Amino acid sequence: MNKQNKAVNSAELSFPSVSQNESLSRSFAAAFLMQTNPTLEEISDVKCAVSEAVTNCIVHAYAGYVGMIRLKAVLYDDNTVMIEVKDKGCGIEDIEKAKKPLFTTNSDGERSGMGFTVMMTFCDRVKVTSKVGKGTKVRLFKKIGRSDT
Amino acid sequence: MKNTAEIINCERKGETVIFTPKGDVDHHSANIIKKMIDSELFVERPKEMYLDLSKVDFMDSSGLGLILGRYRIATELGVSFSVLNPNSAAERILKLAGCERMINIVRKKDVK
Repeated sequence: MNKQNKAVNSAELSFPSVSQNESLSRSFAAAFLMQTNPTLEEISDVKCAVSEAVTNCIVHAYAGYVGMIRLKAVLYDDNTVMIEVKDKGCGIEDIEKAKKPLFTTNSDGERSGMGFTVMMTFCDRVKVTSKVGKGTKVRLFKKIGRSDT
Repeated sequence: MKNTAEIINCERKGETVIFTPKGDVDHHSANIIKKMIDSELFVERPKEMYLDLSKVDFMDSSGLGLILGRYRIATELGVSFSVLNPNSAAERILKLAGCERMINIVRKKDVK
């Protein structure tokens, strides 16, 4: 996908950062994806990646309180889907460090530190922008049906 | 809201306990599953524990954290902990993390 690709459809969803909305976010992503004629594996990939990004908002961005998470899905004319997960939480101090496998800022031993690894494995590209104290935006890109076109 | 029975099934066969989560294993359900399993580990202290992942619809890295956390606690308590019959939804995450190197994964029809 390059900057010349045109957006042909989009959808947005906002919800509070409570864990029962993790399932909702996956359903939203899967529902949006259906128009691209995805395989079951592609649906699973996108659901997983979105689930990781949203979980990060709940566990880290808004740790200890509840804030709003905004999902924005965009379909481009080359059948690439971009899903953006945006929060106004604590922000990430060192993005490259955060992306390293097994790295986690969580101290209770229940987080695997594999969230970004999963996102980067199941998507073509993951773009993260963040500002400490302001929030984070994670953009997940996946071209559906790579082998066809 | 789902009740615990809809999220996870617990079966005891002598000194063996099998937990079978149903549906999605994400951060939300992992918190509930963790409490059930830890209660069993600390209170009942079975000889063996299996986490049956054949009925999972979805699993993300929160499921990994759940498994690794339970394995750590079980091992400290002297309980043998294994993952049992992961289906494709569970397998894709376990494979990504190279879980087979860390945890015993059993693939068979019957346990005991």
